[in-house]
Amino acid sequence: MTMDELTTALAVDLDRAFPDLVKDLGPRLYWGLRRMCGDHQEAEDLTQETFIRAYKALGDFDRQRFDDLRLAPWVWTIALNLGRNHIRDRSRRPLFVEINDHGVEDAELPDERAWDSRFAALNRNQRTAVVLRHVVGLGIGEISETTGRPEGTVKADIHRGLDRLREMMEHEA
Amino acid sequence: MNIEQQLEGLAGPLPEGITEGVALGTGIADGYDYYDSPVGEVVVTFNPNGVSSLGLASDDFEGYFNHRHGRPLIRAEAPSAWSGRIPSAIEAGTPGTLPVDLRSVTDFQARILRIATTIPKGEVRPYGWLAREAARPGAARAVGSTMARNPIPLIIPCHRVVRSDGTIGAYSLGGPHVKWELLTHEGADPVHLEDLAEHQVRVQGNKSTHIFCNPTCRAIRRSKPENVVPFKSGSAAEASGYRACELCRP
Repeated sequence: MTMDELTTALAVDLDRAFPDLVKDLGPRLYWGLRRMCGDHQEAEDLTQETFIRAYKALGDFDRQRFDDLRLAPWVWTIALNLGRNHIRDRSRRPLFVEINDHGVEDAELPDERAWDSRFAALNRNQRTAVVLRHVVGLGIGEISETTGRPEGTVKADIHRGLDRLREMMEHEA
Repeated sequence: MNIEQQLEGLAGPLPEGITEGVALGTGIADGYDYYDSPVGEVVVTFNPNGVSSLGLASDDFEGYFNHRHGRPLIRAEAPSAWSGRIPSAIEAGTPGTLPVDLRSVTDFQARILRIATTIPKGEVRPYGWLAREAARPGAARAVGSTMARNPIPLIIPCHRVVRSDGTIGAYSLGGPHVKWELLTHEGADPVHLEDLAEHQVRVQGNKSTHIFCNPTCRAIRRSKPENVVPFKSGSAAEASGYRACELCRP
């Protein structure tokens, strides 16, 4: 399903189409957040909370707002806003806790710790831009829309961030 | 592999549990958990609006829930903000401050169900009493069908609502014998109530106070047995110079 088809489906029947939105955007959302915050639990909380906020917002959308909606950047805008507040309030817990406790370990990818420390060494703008561009796969225009930074600045953030990562990896070798 | 390609490989599948967490948090699905009750283990379902249904754990509960509410069920803990109130609401037979989600019934039915929550433990009221309390005195039959559709039995105590003739009547949670069991457990004597119904005793008056009550009202049950006078209706009691009890509003 393309993003346009998904947007149309959401406008027609939100409850029926919303699980498809989670299926389509969820993996990149979780892993992007995981790269940005370096923590499984926090990325999981933020992913859930982002989707819950998105669902509530979409419930109030009229036809015009659905027509103008660009799903991925819009969802990421919610996620980044939540992420900023989340740092201020780490004590809050999600509303629901599922009883099956799926291990944290199965969410680990190879070389996990090394990447966490490399990303931690970037400044926040560089980290956000590199992750959104190359881990999540957003375009420069979409990142600019999400972060509110001009496209030229986004490009420079990505460029400097990648340089810094390459440098670190050369040092490690 | 260049760095861009390596970065692309840094995303994997969505970890398990997130999809379910989103479904529960949005209310697209309801969560369910098991609780003890006076009639055995029950399943309670919930969503961000509150508790949405209760059923016997032994029934095909999931199939019933999907059919009636049109939402899937996920095994989960109730929201911590009010999960602790579920066992006490089951024991008390009234929601108290526990939020309940009555979107599965009409506004009128929700109003009737909320009135049913005011019937004290150990007492019963006939359909017509709820209809009058709802300012719809002619709606006794609608009250009956509302009780049959009560999505949250035990917590919304439809077991304290009896038929207009005073007989105990049907019960959606496992049948009439469960209703008898519950009323006995709560101290309302169903054998005695059926006996009164058979003798067409709808209200009882107190000779010394000249007040008449529903037969299970705590005021009339405190009266000396020799003072209790049976009546076939409230108007018959009034014709004999009795006035209605302000506690049970017969």
